[in-house]
Formats: sequence, structure tokens, C-alpha cells
Amino acid sequence: MDKNGSILSVNDLKTYFQTEDGMVKAVDGISFKLEKGETLGIVGESGSGKSVTNLSVMRLIPEPPGKIVGGEIIFDGVDVRKLSIDEVRKIRGRRIAMIFQDPMTSLNPFLKISTQLMEVTRLHLGHTKEQAYQHAIKMLKTVGIPDPESRINNYPHEFSGGMRQRVMIAMALSCDPELLIADEPTTALDVTIQAQILELIKDLKARMGTSVILITHDLGVVAGMTEKIIVMYAGKVFEQARTKELFASPANPYTKGLLKSVPDPAHEQGKELYQIPGLPPDVAHLPVGCPFQERCYRVEDICRREFPPFVQINEGHHSLCHFAKEVYAESNATTLEEQI
Amino acid sequence: MSETNGDKLITIENLQVHYSTGGGLFRGSQIVKAVDGVSLEIKKGETLGLVGESGCGKSTLGKAILRLTAPTGGKVFYNGKDLAHLPNSAMREQRKHLQMIFQDPYASLNPRMNVGQIVGEPIRTFGLANGNSVEQMVGDLMETVGLNRRFIKRYPHEFSGGQRQRIGIARALAVDPEFIVADEPISALDVSIQAQIMNLMERLQAEKDLTYLFISHDLRAVRHLADRVAVMYLGKIVELAPGKDIYADPLMPYTRALISAVPVPDPVIEAKRERIILKGDVPSPINPPTGCAFHTRCSYAIEECRSIVPQLAQIKPSHTAACIRINPEHPDINANEAAGLGAIGK
Repeated sequence: MDKNGSILSVNDLKTYFQTEDGMVKAVDGISFKLEKGETLGIVGESGSGKSVTNLSVMRLIPEPPGKIVGGEIIFDGVDVRKLSIDEVRKIRGRRIAMIFQDPMTSLNPFLKISTQLMEVTRLHLGHTKEQAYQHAIKMLKTVGIPDPESRINNYPHEFSGGMRQRVMIAMALSCDPELLIADEPTTALDVTIQAQILELIKDLKARMGTSVILITHDLGVVAGMTEKIIVMYAGKVFEQARTKELFASPANPYTKGLLKSVPDPAHEQGKELYQIPGLPPDVAHLPVGCPFQERCYRVEDICRREFPPFVQINEGHHSLCHFAKEVYAESNATTLEEQI
Repeated sequence: MSETNGDKLITIENLQVHYSTGGGLFRGSQIVKAVDGVSLEIKKGETLGLVGESGCGKSTLGKAILRLTAPTGGKVFYNGKDLAHLPNSAMREQRKHLQMIFQDPYASLNPRMNVGQIVGEPIRTFGLANGNSVEQMVGDLMETVGLNRRFIKRYPHEFSGGQRQRIGIARALAVDPEFIVADEPISALDVSIQAQIMNLMERLQAEKDLTYLFISHDLRAVRHLADRVAVMYLGKIVELAPGKDIYADPLMPYTRALISAVPVPDPVIEAKRERIILKGDVPSPINPPTGCAFHTRCSYAIEECRSIVPQLAQIKPSHTAACIRINPEHPDINANEAAGLGAIGK
């Protein structure tokens, strides 16, 4: 599957949830590739399926009500879907690690940091107690915890939010994983601390060569951190492209709307902000045709009748839109300001 | 945006909110100075942005102005009355003019009340209408904030986050207030919905001649909405200037770092940009650093910064900052550092 050095290759992944409202297609036919050492950004609003995609990769979908109903998740040549749960456990935490939005809820409040950090390497790397302890101190030092020899004996509540996120990163990187999935790692943090954590992830990635998937709703965060971006909406990939290309020449009206609705500090204050009308999609009740039709500035009849095609714009740039080529051409012809 | 003719709506003088915390049988309590001597003027019709990291006291300041938290010192003048020292009954009367919008539209709406009851409650409480005309007013308010009036019997859980925030805004508007404190009103919302709420707030301001105190950690949103911006650090205002000046020409090292930390949604700029990365976290307000509270994280700190408490002083026209390393003749801290100027300010 991965002839060209892909660490992760997701093909036509479908993860559905059975709810009272009927079948919810949280992730519905997602495909993407992540090369070794690359950082991929996944951007989307609530309900877009960005977190479910990554929980699927880790095989962490609660079943029932959820189920991966189709597709492949090829990690380093092996389809994760075909592995037994024991085999998955050997990968999870060791070769694929994850950090979450809220480090308070992902650390056990009753256990010392040392216990939680040591558990990982004792389990996966077969460390002795002493080895694990020394390794844990080394990891805390790596992520910039001051005075790690004494802080290792603290409990999570004795750390600030930013420090807890550092501890989570130390834990995630303990076994030197090949893939790090960071799900909104800075959303709960102040901008100054966010800048510290992003810098840390960048730095560690450069030093350890880890591939990273960065899930966020903040286009600013992915702009500086990633090589490639996937924009998700209603369980589908709406657009994927190299980061520079996506920002310079978006080929999807949703991406364009997202880019334009972020206030630009260079603009005059008080100018009306572009807003995408309507609400994020109710994935349980999607309309016929394009899921974005009701919020789209250039909707036409065909969008209400037919599901849009996934159009290739150029190598590596795809957009799910009946008018992808036209939208792309408009992006190149004018500035974002003059469009929409 | 708004015409600011310079009339003061609210004048805050040396406002303090000190809590005592900890304290047990054998242990003395400690004092948290959440708001520590803030003086500010809010002009009629303007949006004053208030920014800072979590724990800096910005929400407490907002609540203390409306006396939702009792100030422990200082004055808040509104219409010639000192809100901080008004008897409760007189304060109640003033609440018609002073309202608040909260961050979390899930937590700030009673789940057992429907929209009609939530928005109608302040109308009934203040006797602004009765009987069927309450429902009429609620319906009108719902339309004003972009909700369909048919939803009047629905409960909060039947709405999305953005719609709930609209309900919260409708409730605040029900008494036809003059001044609204908006505490992180968009932080909990999706990106596409944030723009909708910001536009709604601006439209309402223009239509109803509202004055806002807009509290947020999102500097992009503050830049967009605010006429003037106040930067807060550990209970004190450290810089205050018109929005465009504070972004184009921040004077305080802290403000510079804060602005620099915001990621720019443009990969080309991001790749070239030098970021100022602050070391460490905000210090605990229980034991704030001596002198300038920011000196522990400031790369420009000199010996005097540990002992001298900097005063907010005018450095440029309508631009004040609290830093002893700048003064009106020498406003540029980088130049001062290069020239070896030490403690030259107040």
C-alpha cells in the first residue's frame, strides 16, 4: 500500500453511529495520505467528523453505537482495521500517540505524574522501574518542565493548563512514536501558552522526525504548522491541498467562507465581517445534494439535486464541489476581498 | 461601530476586588487581588475591548462594574451614581440599564425555562409589559437577534450554541439597556458562528446606541470590534489605546508578546514571522511578583522592575502604558534597550 513512504494512508473510511435519530454518517468516505515526517492539518467545525476520523485511526470508536463500516486504515503497511485488539494496543501509545484538547480530563487526577509517565514505557518498552523513572524525567525535561526531578512527584492539579499539556506531550512522545495525533491541543489554552506549545510540537517534530496530524478549528494554527490541510464538513473531505495553495487559491466555497470569516488585524475595525450564513450541519439529517447548499454563496440548482464530485484541481489539490474549477479560477483571478 | 463623542458613560476609579482564600483552622487565609486598583473611563457608544490571559482578572472586573461581584474598594460612576456603594434596591433599578452576556450559552440559560420565559423574565420583573404584550415583546426581540419567533415555546437544549447565544443576547436586550458587558461571548462558538454573533453585536450597537465592554482572550475578535483596547495583567490595566494603535504600535513588552502570539491565518506570513514566545505562565495572583508583576516573564526587565510598581502613564496621545522603561520622549522600548536607558518612566 505505501510504496512511497506514507506512514498513514486512509482510504474511503466510513464510521457510522447508530442513534435515536437514525444512522449518523459521522465520517463518510474519507481518504488521505500522510508522508513520513509530514504535518497534516485537519480543519472543521463541530460535527464535521474530524475527531471521529482520528479516533477511527486509533480504533477508539465506542462500539456500539459507533462502527467503522468501511475503508482501510493503512499504518506503515498494515491495515489497522484487520488487527486484533491486542495488536492494536501494541501500536496505540507506542507507535501512534494522541494528545487531546483538555489535559485535565486526560490525566488521572489521583495518580502522580511519575506513575502515569512510567506506566507507558513499562508497558510498551519493558522498562524497569528505575529505567522508566529516569526516562520520565528525561521526557519532562524535553518538553520544558522546569525542575523535572521534583515536579515528577506532583499530581496533575499542581500543574497549570499549559504545563499539563506539556506533561501530556511528554507522555505521548515517551515511546518515540512514528505518528502523533494532536486533537485541538491548544484550544483550552491562552494565546501565549498556545504559542509555547505549538513551538514545542514543531521543535520536537524536527528533532524526532515524528509525523503529526493536527486537528483544529483555527486556521491560524494550521497556517504556520502544517504542510498539507484537509477541510472537513459533514463527514466529508471538502477540500485538500498543500497549505500554501489552500490559503492562496481555495477551490471550495466553504473553505473560502472560513478564510474570510476570520477577522484580519490589518483590516479597519468595524467593517462588517463576512459570515457564513446558517448553522453547522446536522449530520443526521443531511439534504439531498451538497451538504453545504443552504449556506453556500454560489449555490445553483444542481447543488440541490446531485451530490458534488471530488474534483482534482492539480496534483494534491482536490475539492468537493460542482463548481470547484470555477471557484479555483476566481481565487486566482481576484483577492478574497473581492469575491463572495 | 459607533460614534464616540467623548461623553463618559461609566467612570471607574481605583476599583478593587480582593478575595480571601484558603484559610483553615490553623492556617491564615491569603488575599487574592483579582482586580487591584483599576481606573477606566468607558465612553458613550464605544466598544471597549478588555484582553488578557486567563486569571488576569478581566471577567472579575466586568462583573464588579455591574456589581455581580461585590467590589472591595473603589468607585464605579454611572449617571452620577456610584454603583459600588448604591443600596441594593437602588442598584436593582439600575440593572435595567446595565446588562451582561456570558461566555457559555449552555450554562447561562435555565434548561427548565423556554425561550418565552427566559427572555420574558426581565420584562416582567421590571414591569415593562404584562399579559400578552410580554409575548409580543419577546417575539420582537427574538426577531431582532435573528431567531424565528415561532420557537418561543422551545427549550435551550433544542437550540445550537450560536442560537443559544442569541437567546442570551435577547435576554440582555429585553430591558433596553444602555451598557452591556460581554464576557467572552464568542469563545464557545464555531468559527463560522463567531462571525455571525460579532456582526449581530455590531448591528445592535448601531441600532440601539449601545455601549459595550467586550472581554475576550481572542485578540483578532477584539481588534475587529473594539474602538479602544485595555490590556490587563494580574489585576491591573497595563496598557490602553485605540484599537489600531495597540495592534500597530504596542508599547508594553507584554502587549507585544500577546499580539505576537496570535497565529496569522496566512502560511506565507507565518513562515517569515518572528514570534515573541513568553516564558512560563501567569504568576499566581495569591503571591504576585513584587514591583512590575510582569518582570518574571519580561525580556526587558531590569533590576528596578523588581521593586518599582509602574504607573499607567500617557506615553503617546491617547495611548497609556505602565512600564518604567518607556516615557513620552522615549516610547520605543527596543530603542531604549539599545541605548542602554534604564528606569526612565514612572
